[in-house]
Amino acid sequence: MLRLRNLKCYYDTPRGVVQAVDGVSFEIRPNEVLGIAGESGCGKSTLLKVLYDYIQPPLQIVSGSYEADFPDDNGKVNTIGPGEIREHWWDFISYIPQGSMSVLNPVIRIENQFFDAVPKSHSLKGKREIRERVAAYLKELELPVEVLKSYPHQLSGGMKQRVLVALGTFLHPQIVLADEPTTALDVVVQKGILLMLTALQRQMENTLVVVSHDMGVHYQITNRLAIMYAGKLVEYGPTEAIFNNPLHPYTQMLIQALPRVGDQTQRMGISGRPPNLIEPPAGCRFAARCPKVMEHCAHQEPALTQIEPDHYVSCHLYQGQAS
Amino acid sequence: MSENLLELRNVSKVFRIGGLIFGTRLAAVDDVSLSLPAAEPSILSIVGESGSGKTTLARIILELEHPTSGDVLIEGHPLFESGGAGLKGRDYYRAVQPIFQNPFESFSARKKVDKYLFDTALRLNIARNRKEARETVAEALDSVGLDLSRIEGKYANQFSGGELQRISVARSLIPRPRLIVADEPVSMIDASLRMNIVNLFLELKERYKVSFVYITHDLSTAYYVSDYIGIMYRGSVVEYGPSEQILTDSVHPYTELLLDSVPTVDHKWQRNVALPDVEIQEFQSQACKFAKRCKYVEAICERSAPPMVEISPERQALCYKPVGFEPQAKAPQPMSPAATTAINE
Repeated sequence: MLRLRNLKCYYDTPRGVVQAVDGVSFEIRPNEVLGIAGESGCGKSTLLKVLYDYIQPPLQIVSGSYEADFPDDNGKVNTIGPGEIREHWWDFISYIPQGSMSVLNPVIRIENQFFDAVPKSHSLKGKREIRERVAAYLKELELPVEVLKSYPHQLSGGMKQRVLVALGTFLHPQIVLADEPTTALDVVVQKGILLMLTALQRQMENTLVVVSHDMGVHYQITNRLAIMYAGKLVEYGPTEAIFNNPLHPYTQMLIQALPRVGDQTQRMGISGRPPNLIEPPAGCRFAARCPKVMEHCAHQEPALTQIEPDHYVSCHLYQGQAS
Repeated sequence: MSENLLELRNVSKVFRIGGLIFGTRLAAVDDVSLSLPAAEPSILSIVGESGSGKTTLARIILELEHPTSGDVLIEGHPLFESGGAGLKGRDYYRAVQPIFQNPFESFSARKKVDKYLFDTALRLNIARNRKEARETVAEALDSVGLDLSRIEGKYANQFSGGELQRISVARSLIPRPRLIVADEPVSMIDASLRMNIVNLFLELKERYKVSFVYITHDLSTAYYVSDYIGIMYRGSVVEYGPSEQILTDSVHPYTELLLDSVPTVDHKWQRNVALPDVEIQEFQSQACKFAKRCKYVEAICERSAPPMVEISPERQALCYKPVGFEPQAKAPQPMSPAATTAINE
């Protein structure tokens, strides 16, 4: 449905070129919840921006390809790429951004933000028709209709995020991208919003891509998981396979670092920090922090290899084990 | 020497919202009494959602906020009672040190990070001169696994959030305090790096015998580090006791709801959750503040305020459920008249 092939997207800054997404290949399938995990600064938000075709300088696609299958009105499937995907924002692909606090326009009523989201080409015409449909949709989502007449500051953080979810899914897009949709929200509210997102996904049978640094969130809601580190994809596979049998040392550490209620065994965080992406190290980018580092890791870059069905890893520990 | 390092006695903080005449009053902290024994260093976690009053409570302990009624005692010295018998200024900051939520806000972008450390050492009279200060600072940084030569001369934007938070911890250690109050110290840090800071607390507790008040919304790290946990909801401590017991055998339905909402990797969620947005009514409620969200609610919960029930000598819960939803004769509490009027208004 969405395909990335060896995609490289860099930020051209005065300090140098930041290689934020560096040679990522994978596909996003219809009717799935895909998670993208990794620490801050590993390129996961940049990747999501590229998927949304929101590419503005200093960010640019340097090489590789990115394409989407877009069914037109007659049901014929066309392949579209960067520059074309943005023409189908909201009704084909939508984006639920990070930080609900500052995303909604503070001086515009929620209602008008919905009007702005309906493209001119859409079959819904006129404010009254849109208003009726939005009200019906909010009712379906069990949100109070009064929010339409409110300004963003009158809503709580959780309610704002729910409104953003409603806004992002109102036109039933085939792909919904959510960037850290629940970071900075309380656990009880977080659970409500994550369950709302997945319930909508099941109902619409579309694709939901969720970026989060919290592995617990991924375990709870995703079907497949991509782990990113320093601009590279290091592991990729069904969520259950990744939690049952994490292959990459980085994935193992991410899962191990999660404390659990009822278990007070000693847990270690990952020491050190991700490398500078202006001059990333040669070889495996995780080598400097890896507990299982081998001599050739520092100068030879590992390739993404399939180890078990649909489960890929990019690590020298598994070279020669390709299935 | 008092037997309690920290003691909160019926602490309340009432904020006014709205105008002077028509405004309403809201008890952000509502008659909270807690104590942390001095005998053994320990970690007390205050867990709650945003708006539970946990940060206000931390600010009161840190003398940044004046309670409307009640008092805080540090090693038996009252902080707010008139007469000035309490700890003031330098003496206070030698005993109690803060760590704040956002490390990028606690360090100015225009001031070198090491200056904060040197200032702490010199102003609190920990070191008499620059040379001594250098030793103190180097030692403090060493205890959090950092090297002074790597920090010196750098600004806050040259560090990652996790590193800066380590520097905050090092700074707070300089006066060798008995108590560190950490307000959401890991919420701005990646999940994978949180354990580094949290493990540091455990290590410092053992090595320097320093106690912590750890304010957080994250039950899993709270469980991992703490000896005692207080669960806060709408200004009240609704359950308090040893962390192991609170989180593996919770009594209060709100604790249960919180536990159930943690995105664990052990089992998947049941797919339903109730969430009314009724904050202000809950704050001002005369009955149980959690009644509207509670799955065990009975008529009595909506009628009158629940008692603080002693579950075991060390444990308490503010709930009708453990007493079979029967009305209780309220135990006489030493509550000052000011607090009563403030809450009832």
